[in-house]
Amino acid sequence: MEFLAEQPWMGLFTNLPANLSLGLVVAAVSAWLAIGAVGASFPENLTLVRRLFPIGALVGLGLAIVGITAIHGPTQATVLPLGLPDLPFHLRLDALSAFFLVLLGAATAGISVFAAGYFRAGQGTAPGLLCLQYHVFLASMAMVLLADDAYLFMVSWETMALSSFFLVTTEHRIGEIRRAGFLYLLIAHVGAIAILLCFGVLQGGTGDYSFDGMRTAKLQGFWPTAGFFLALFGFGAKAGMLPLHVWLPEAHPAAPSPVSALMSGVMLKTAIYGLLRVSFDLLQVEVWWWGVAALGLGLFTALYGVIFATVQTDMKRLLAYSSIENIGLILAGFGLALVFRAFQMPQLAALALAATLYHCLNHAMFKSLLFLATGSVLHATRERSLGKLGGLIHRMPWVAWLALIGTLAIAGVPPLNGFVSEWLLLQAFLFTSELPQGFINMLIPIAAASLALTAALAGYTIVKFYGVIFLGQAREPALAQAHDAGVRERIGLVWLALWCVLLGLFPVVVLDLLDPVNEMLVGRGLGATTRDWLFLAPIDANRASFSPLITLAGIAVTVLGTIFLVHRLYHHRLRRGPPWDCGFPLQTPRMQDSAEGFGQPIRQIFEVFFRITRTLPTPFDKAPRYAVKVEDQLWYGLYLPMTKAVEFFTWLVGFLQQGRISVYLAYSFFTLLALLLFVR
Amino acid sequence: MTWIGALSQLIQLAVAVLLAPLLLGWVNQCRAWLQNKRAPSLAQPYRMIRKLFLKEPVIAHNASPIFRLTPYIVFGAMALAAAIVPSLATDLPFATAADAIALVGIFALARIFIALAAMDIGTAFGSLGARREMLIGFLAEPALLMVFFTASLISQSTSLVTIVETLAHREFVIYPSLAFAGIAFTMVSLAENARVPVDNPATHLELTMIHEAMILEYSGRHLALIEWASSLKLFNYSCLGLALFFPWGIVEGAHDVVGLLWAIPVLVGKLALGGFLLALIETMSAKLRIFRAPEFLGTAFLLGVLGMLVHQLLGA
Amino acid sequence: MSLPLSSQLLNLLAAVLLLLSFAMLAQRRLLSLVSLFAMQGFALCLATLLVALTSTQTHLFYSAALTLVLKVIVLPYFLYRMIHKLEVLWDVETLLNIPMIMLLGIVLVVIAFNLAVPISQLSSTITRSMLGIALASVLLSFLMMITRRKAIPQVIGFLAMENGLFFAAISATYGMPMIIELGIALDVLVGVLILGVFFFQIREQFDSLDLEHLEKLRDE
Repeated sequence: MEFLAEQPWMGLFTNLPANLSLGLVVAAVSAWLAIGAVGASFPENLTLVRRLFPIGALVGLGLAIVGITAIHGPTQATVLPLGLPDLPFHLRLDALSAFFLVLLGAATAGISVFAAGYFRAGQGTAPGLLCLQYHVFLASMAMVLLADDAYLFMVSWETMALSSFFLVTTEHRIGEIRRAGFLYLLIAHVGAIAILLCFGVLQGGTGDYSFDGMRTAKLQGFWPTAGFFLALFGFGAKAGMLPLHVWLPEAHPAAPSPVSALMSGVMLKTAIYGLLRVSFDLLQVEVWWWGVAALGLGLFTALYGVIFATVQTDMKRLLAYSSIENIGLILAGFGLALVFRAFQMPQLAALALAATLYHCLNHAMFKSLLFLATGSVLHATRERSLGKLGGLIHRMPWVAWLALIGTLAIAGVPPLNGFVSEWLLLQAFLFTSELPQGFINMLIPIAAASLALTAALAGYTIVKFYGVIFLGQAREPALAQAHDAGVRERIGLVWLALWCVLLGLFPVVVLDLLDPVNEMLVGRGLGATTRDWLFLAPIDANRASFSPLITLAGIAVTVLGTIFLVHRLYHHRLRRGPPWDCGFPLQTPRMQDSAEGFGQPIRQIFEVFFRITRTLPTPFDKAPRYAVKVEDQLWYGLYLPMTKAVEFFTWLVGFLQQGRISVYLAYSFFTLLALLLFVR
Repeated sequence: MTWIGALSQLIQLAVAVLLAPLLLGWVNQCRAWLQNKRAPSLAQPYRMIRKLFLKEPVIAHNASPIFRLTPYIVFGAMALAAAIVPSLATDLPFATAADAIALVGIFALARIFIALAAMDIGTAFGSLGARREMLIGFLAEPALLMVFFTASLISQSTSLVTIVETLAHREFVIYPSLAFAGIAFTMVSLAENARVPVDNPATHLELTMIHEAMILEYSGRHLALIEWASSLKLFNYSCLGLALFFPWGIVEGAHDVVGLLWAIPVLVGKLALGGFLLALIETMSAKLRIFRAPEFLGTAFLLGVLGMLVHQLLGA
Repeated sequence: MSLPLSSQLLNLLAAVLLLLSFAMLAQRRLLSLVSLFAMQGFALCLATLLVALTSTQTHLFYSAALTLVLKVIVLPYFLYRMIHKLEVLWDVETLLNIPMIMLLGIVLVVIAFNLAVPISQLSSTITRSMLGIALASVLLSFLMMITRRKAIPQVIGFLAMENGLFFAAISATYGMPMIIELGIALDVLVGVLILGVFFFQIREQFDSLDLEHLEKLRDE
């Protein structure tokens, strides 16, 4: 026993009370892996898999609870015996990791229950394998959050990328989906290389790849900037930052809906986690213009994402672009926090950071909810195109009403959660007039304006999304057969919708939870002004205060009061009849606005962003057809030229290929010679 | 919270809800005079609302509960907004619960619901109206926010009450940034209330409709509530404009009932003048083509941004 | 917050000047463009008068009068006549759509404000914070010249640019020496007259004032 205690990894067990939360998190990760293994042992057993997913959800719930307790607890660290010899895995659970673990656990709990009802035996991957991939994905995300050295971080990061790649290509018999998966894998790896290089820079020549080593490494001159931008590039590629966003709108529609929800709601946030970890924790250097760069990129990403979201006609693509928008907002908040920190304004930095983290949490909930809702719609109708849906509120009331909560939340309407984080972010922007730098002061009105424009366009997008899918008349006769979601799917949706409501109604509780994270990253929390549980009043109550509960009460009182008074004072008779529509007699469902039609004004106003190909009918066409295709300018302006360049270089390399073995041997020989001369 | 605060809150709400149709009637009357027409009576909007309440509503077979709920939500949201905007007094207990940004959010709530309701029946005009309303909204909403931001940069607060108190209590200082904000606000209010350069409240031509196209399917008490809500919206925007740019006459801080009662005639006077100006603007301008509307609002939006910029440069 | 009233009024006039520059940028109708230009001249005249009153520089009174006569009365009237004679009342199609131009305008304003910060710190006059606005209106007028197709708005843009320069001169150094000012005024007047003659010639030649036709004149 004495011998065992000397081993560093025994710390996990011997210091149980001290490291309890960390141990529990590791246990949760192991549980997920075990569930995956059980599933994989019976690949074709669908009933077993359907029982396994709820267990995984319970594990997620446990993880969230452990995370909540760990946020306020002390930092816990340990070393695992796994890994390469002399290169063990370092684990660490601090407030930042704990917060993201809460996000992971809470979102997963809902998604997994939903997935239990969602996955069917189909053409693609066998259910058992899917179960394995899914739970390995979850476990690797948790490990990314726990990793305390570059080695474990990269191993988990790559596991996460690979497992999600397999999940995206579940329906791998469809060529388009394989293509989407390939694009995802490609960009994920370009990003991973950047992250690897970033860690290489951060260790600062010491050769110590543990995060503790990086915290103490003194970087000189140009190196911190290189490290930051490598991190921004690498994590940005995973998060969907412009111009590395192209994989998102391809991969999300390709993946099964719970996987889309998990990727959009949770996986993108691990990239944000990495960015926060590197720039606030590992890099001990503060440069204000990094923040400006992140802010600018973020706002541009947000605007770009939302403009594209408005013109989409595929419901999952629309949500994918909306994810790009939200990541843009998160990046903007992150950039603002960096700026404030660099100017030594810790309290304002805490405000911006709190808004960022809050939005991460909110986005995880409402985006997962909406993705799952599209999954239910997809199952019920086998249709992803908005042009063939409509009127589903009558067939699928559960999904429709729960999706309405997600819709209002994402539109940023009080008193739901989307509004709270937007409110915090706008408040943070309004404080920037106190910055000492004149140049940034001038940029802030523009930044605030684009933020406001993004938020308003998000409302446009989501009205289109909800209105076209759930309201109006069914655009196809087949929709009459649509059925509502099953019990397990409903539980998953209700869980996420509940979070949307609660996060909106009790922001002060959430901010309390965020304070240790703020203290850890910027050295100061939001402070005592947020302690009044009813009023959200960051910094100063005179400056701004908002109470979602009272607002909700106000809305409820006025609405219910109106209903009561109207029905009391007048009559409540009601007659049903055919729709009036200004007396037009020949109404068909095809006369409603299509998704293209709804997006048309935006397409016209922001024409420069799009690459539009229209096919217009001539007056003499017997069967006139109108088609419009909206594509990404960046794809043609950036990616295709890049592909061409790569192809050209590989063609050049092709000249080396002579086919004769002695020539190849000569290459090796000369390389060896050159190297020997070089290291001489 | 003092009892007088609660009282002023209640009085303000009651005044808003009761006087809103009167303001609409007054604007219609002014407009008729300016256009050399015989004016309808001031009480015309009240009569219309009463008539509609007494009628039996007819709704489409495929109307969902969202359609039936929307008039109440829209009316409730507008009544709530009337409680937040300081039109009579600044000692409003409710105003601490929702600031200017929340007010924009509440307006957005009403807009989203009415657009969803318009799409609910699945008629051609309904979805056309919804699309146009969201088109107006996505530019008007950030423009309104920019106006608020300009004001809150001056007063260092987003609380409407604090903004009004700061602006009314200053020594006589000219804020050029507020000039920009004022023009932007006027443009936004015209668009948001479906007034002439953007929309025509009196139109009977479906293809040019925005607001009217959305509510074509409503009748009876639902339509009454929506009409009442839109007059309330006009009232709220007018009070907002008065509060931001002409805040004098609003009772501040701890006050007595007499002061509160005095504030009512002052408000009525200011509104009468504002309503006349609105009618004047409407008479003097021609309705824009629908695709000029984004240009109009884009200009408003950029003027708001410019207001903030000028504030940063001149510090005023 | 307690700037003297004259400075506040000057700030207001500067803001009005900027506002008018933006209005000109967004205006499609030629006649309105001319009246906007006249209004800008009037604001400029008031600003000059105000500076003259506060700084008691007598020559500024003369330049205020000159501004009033030339930029508020003579040039707008001349342009008005020309527009009627040439019958180019119709809307001007811009090269970019208006919101995009306005967006560019905002960017220009930010650049101008930032450029002006170090310069205005050197200046010690009461009007130094206005230099940014003056610079911005110069750049905005330039932008207007770039984005218009027709010849007349380009001339108006040129004149508005001169307004901006004049304002910059007042705000930085209490105006230019009288002789230079007179020279510029004469130049502008003659320039517009010559351009007016050119317009008639261009229209004789191409039946239009659309400057796209001039593109044919290049050597190929």
